[in-house]
Amino acid sequence: MTTALNGEQIARKINKASPGAVVAADKAAVVVTGESLFKVAKFLKNTPALDFNYLADLAAVDYTDYFEVVYHLVSLAHNHSLVLKTRCYDHDKPVVPSLTTLWRSADFMEREAYDLMGIVFDGHPNLKRLLLWEGFVGHPLRRDYL
Amino acid sequence: MEVDKYHIPPPNELDVAEGLRINSLMAASRNPIPDPDSWIDEEIQRNVLVTSVDYVVDWARSRSLFPLMFGLACCAFEMIGMATSRFDISRFGMDIFRWSPRQADLMIVAGTLTWKMAPAVKLVYEQMAEPKWVIAMGQCCISGGPFRESYSVVPGINRIIPVDVYVPGCPPRPEGLIYGITKLHQKIVKESISKA
Amino acid sequence: MVIKTEPFILNIGPQHPSTHGVFRMRVTLDGEVVVDIEPVIGYLHRGIEKMGENRTYTQIIPLTDRLDYLASLTNNLAYVLAVEKLAGITIPERAEYLRIIMAEAMRISSHLMAVGFFLNDLGAMMTPVLYMWREREKLLDLFEMVCGQRLTYNYMRIGGVSHDIPEEFLPALKKFVAEMPGFIDEYDQLLSQNEIVLARTKGVSILPRDTAINTAASGPVLRASGVKWDLRKADPYSIYDRFDFEVPVGKVGDNYDRYWVRMQEMRQSVRILEQAIAQLPSGVVWADVPQLLHPPVGEVYGHIESPRGELGFFLISDNSIAPYRFHIRPPTLINLTALKDMVVGWKVADLIITFGSIDVVLGEIDR
Repeated sequence: MTTALNGEQIARKINKASPGAVVAADKAAVVVTGESLFKVAKFLKNTPALDFNYLADLAAVDYTDYFEVVYHLVSLAHNHSLVLKTRCYDHDKPVVPSLTTLWRSADFMEREAYDLMGIVFDGHPNLKRLLLWEGFVGHPLRRDYL
Repeated sequence: MEVDKYHIPPPNELDVAEGLRINSLMAASRNPIPDPDSWIDEEIQRNVLVTSVDYVVDWARSRSLFPLMFGLACCAFEMIGMATSRFDISRFGMDIFRWSPRQADLMIVAGTLTWKMAPAVKLVYEQMAEPKWVIAMGQCCISGGPFRESYSVVPGINRIIPVDVYVPGCPPRPEGLIYGITKLHQKIVKESISKA
Repeated sequence: MVIKTEPFILNIGPQHPSTHGVFRMRVTLDGEVVVDIEPVIGYLHRGIEKMGENRTYTQIIPLTDRLDYLASLTNNLAYVLAVEKLAGITIPERAEYLRIIMAEAMRISSHLMAVGFFLNDLGAMMTPVLYMWREREKLLDLFEMVCGQRLTYNYMRIGGVSHDIPEEFLPALKKFVAEMPGFIDEYDQLLSQNEIVLARTKGVSILPRDTAINTAASGPVLRASGVKWDLRKADPYSIYDRFDFEVPVGKVGDNYDRYWVRMQEMRQSVRILEQAIAQLPSGVVWADVPQLLHPPVGEVYGHIESPRGELGFFLISDNSIAPYRFHIRPPTLINLTALKDMVVGWKVADLIITFGSIDVVLGEIDR
């Protein structure tokens, strides 16, 4: 059974490695700030006890005050998983660091989040629309579209 | 510093050209194209000599249609199922599915049509040589189907190309599609060569 | 004499005989050798994620059918498992067994198509497809007996399955399960040691183990590269922990391994079917769940092992009748991330076969 790791325990480990990164943590997920996202993700990938080498899913959610990007990380060797989140409070020009250098699977998923939600991923090698065409006005999955 | 980081790279010129094509097609396709119904007029004004020549030519045309494989989504697998040995359309003379539009005269559009794909459908339709017919297979081609309310689905392919026979179903059974093809045969038999 | 050459871009466009659906690739070629490839998708984007926000939880089930239309029942299963995890519903035993029977039969049907069309791309025209279609038609008859449909079933419900199986179903299924290993042996004999298949697929387009994990490949693509990761064993959902089956793992990660893993998985699915039929209990098939379900506030990521990989549904609920966010994790889109690694340096003909061996379904990629 894949054990879902407790967010609070992981939050303590993250805080030791990069203090001030964690915004909130509960049993299910850990929320980190946008600026420290890359450092935290690198720490989660490279620590041997955690060893998150598989990014299963990347989803973007539009809560009307802020955007939230949810990452589901899995470790194949230890068979445990973690939910990592980050929030972006700027509704017009949301920017989140890209994790494509750590996990290449983020490539298409980040392009899709840009296409449908409008979140720009800073550092992505090829950020352009994936599912809709160039010249489409708007980002359909936002709550205020249509 | 946030404003500096919000940098979207300039788009590729091929992508921009494609986008312009799609947007202009969207703007031009507000109303559905009327279904071809010239066969109704001809029936009223038939004369005997043209009828027998017409009859032979149309019979030959209808019994040797070459379908074009244009499966887009789920309905494509029922179309392929129709071509396999259980339902077998080679008994109607439609043995080989052509891959090239230049060699086909029947286009069976099967599956959901999105605005992004619409210029390609129009291009393939225009590449087919006259006389040509179109069958709209499945709900998505007739009216947009379960996805009609979506922002990227064409509400029926008759916005883009004229359609001869509509086959409803989601997906229609292969027997349903064969019934649609026999209806098309009846329609072709009523056409006059002076029109084409 | 020095011949000047330059690479040129070939558009393998949305309508093409060997793309498995409307998929477009811009391939940069140097002669016949692939130098760069850029997949362009979105020709079947129907906006299912946005539509899901306007429908009740039960109304989304027919929408999930049309995602991976070659394995509709596993899509349904992934979605209802996610909702049941969110709402904390337990389902009756008979429904669990029926779900497993349907899911494994669906896996056999999907792999038959995958292998058949892979061989079609290799150049064996339609012969393997028609051989495998013969078995698939028997399976489609079985599904039609239960669900009434041949392709988009809409059979699973939140709380169980929609109705019980008729009496003719079990004898017909037992007959199918008894003959299927013989048919798989027939395909093995025709194909697995065939010189042309071996020459064209052995050692071609190798996906190394580390790249496969880094690009989050899943399903047969990951297992062919030597990683023993199958969600039915690693994170068992439903009642898979009661069945005894193996997970085939390839050695090298070339096209032949991806084909071989699918053939072995069909044999294992037949094993699971035999055990499930033997253990099938009696009882009701649906827990009484209200039609307008109000799950508690929260989010869930429910994932299963579909024939193509890890299919996941990420649902966020705000205690109303429709989900707040409905996100689908498509296995084939993520598997495509590694396409460039697999194809660069090989020829155009190998590109077509490699693409066929990943086994894409555009409905799932584009949603």
